[in-house]
Amino acid sequence: MSEEGELTTIRCTIDGRPHEHRCHPLASALDFLRYVAGLTATKEGCKEGECGACAITLDGVVVNSCVVPAAHLQGRRVGTVEGLSRPDELSALQKAFLECGGAQCGICTPGMLVTGARLLEEGERLTEARIREHMAGNLCRCTGYGKIVESLLRASEEER
Amino acid sequence: MRARLAGFSLERPGTLDEALGMLAASKERLTLLAGGTDLYVYLNAGVARPGRWLDLWGLDELRGIHEVGDHVVLGALTTYTELRASELVRGALPLLAQAAATVGAVAIQNRGTLGGNIANGSPAGDSLPPLLAYDAEIGLRSARGRRFVPFDRFYTGYRASVAAPDELIEQIRIPLGAGSGSRACRFVKVGTRAAQAISKVVAAFVLGRGADGSIDHCRAAFGSVAPTPVRLRRLEQHVIGKRIDPALIRTSSDVLLSEIAPIDDIRSTARYRRFVARTAWQRFMEEIPGH
Repeated sequence: MSEEGELTTIRCTIDGRPHEHRCHPLASALDFLRYVAGLTATKEGCKEGECGACAITLDGVVVNSCVVPAAHLQGRRVGTVEGLSRPDELSALQKAFLECGGAQCGICTPGMLVTGARLLEEGERLTEARIREHMAGNLCRCTGYGKIVESLLRASEEER
Repeated sequence: MRARLAGFSLERPGTLDEALGMLAASKERLTLLAGGTDLYVYLNAGVARPGRWLDLWGLDELRGIHEVGDHVVLGALTTYTELRASELVRGALPLLAQAAATVGAVAIQNRGTLGGNIANGSPAGDSLPPLLAYDAEIGLRSARGRRFVPFDRFYTGYRASVAAPDELIEQIRIPLGAGSGSRACRFVKVGTRAAQAISKVVAAFVLGRGADGSIDHCRAAFGSVAPTPVRLRRLEQHVIGKRIDPALIRTSSDVLLSEIAPIDDIRSTARYRRFVARTAWQRFMEEIPGH
């Protein structure tokens, strides 16, 4: 027992690399990533599942990591924004965000990229309506969303 | 900032029987954790109840959507994403599929569960009016056995239910045909924006008519207009046996207003909620073809 209560060992892969850390099973997946594993690319926004800044994938499924217990990462594949690019090359979506001005202050950007990349993986031809519906849980206070939608449309065309 | 977790512990049973055993043996009331989309809002805000939490998320016995006899049976851990994707739900229970599509957005729909929406007991829960309109029954399970409670008798007050401390929600059972066929139905959610908004008013209506055009079946269920989701039984009884005409729309709207008790809160006002609830009902009635 520690000040933080009973700890457990969480084993999972994060962006393809194996991780093993001790933490409280009820710590949020977001706190596990940022404070335990030391991976701060995933951002904290509202901490109530409203804003999508902390979006990650869990076995390929998009979730808000602030409302997921660390215990649910056990044995799973975790994907963060850091896994989207190779060391020497950005993904088509990341390039499109740069070209179209999809990122401004940057707080929402990791969640936008993770959620958007999942949509692109589905491989369908994207429409603005489909993008806006899929991205509705990711809030941006800078761009007005137009540039983010444009970024996804461009990445979708690039990938075809 | 990290949430303070001293005083919290988590049990992770591997099977439903193990979970029921833990519930039966516990002297304190365990907090039941499913997808976490509600509980983590409280935990992160520092207002969750400390103590032992029981993690149901890994219990596959609580998953799945099946047709069993003349019912659709939904496992308590069925997510909104699964409700939206299910051909059976979209065909037989369209109001539930529509409600699921309005909860949060993709990331919440991937984690939030039907059983969790019921257990959390918010009067604004989006899936709850469709469950009332479809005559759903809640399957409660404990080491003592299984029992079914009609959903309109499940809540006893604000966020309070008939579930005993050793019981969990195992499944939700809905009669096939509750929402299909020639019956008119509608789901209405009014919130600040389409996604990620808690409802100011949410409603589900089902209405059937006989060969002579008179109403022979009616369910009118609302959320966010009372301490619990409610079926408006006086409204339902008022319209039975009558034909839809302007007079009925007017008189039934008066009954509706006498039967709801919305409040002012951070999301809306009682006055606005009364206006919206009445308008939702009037439009539903007016737009039923050939009345």
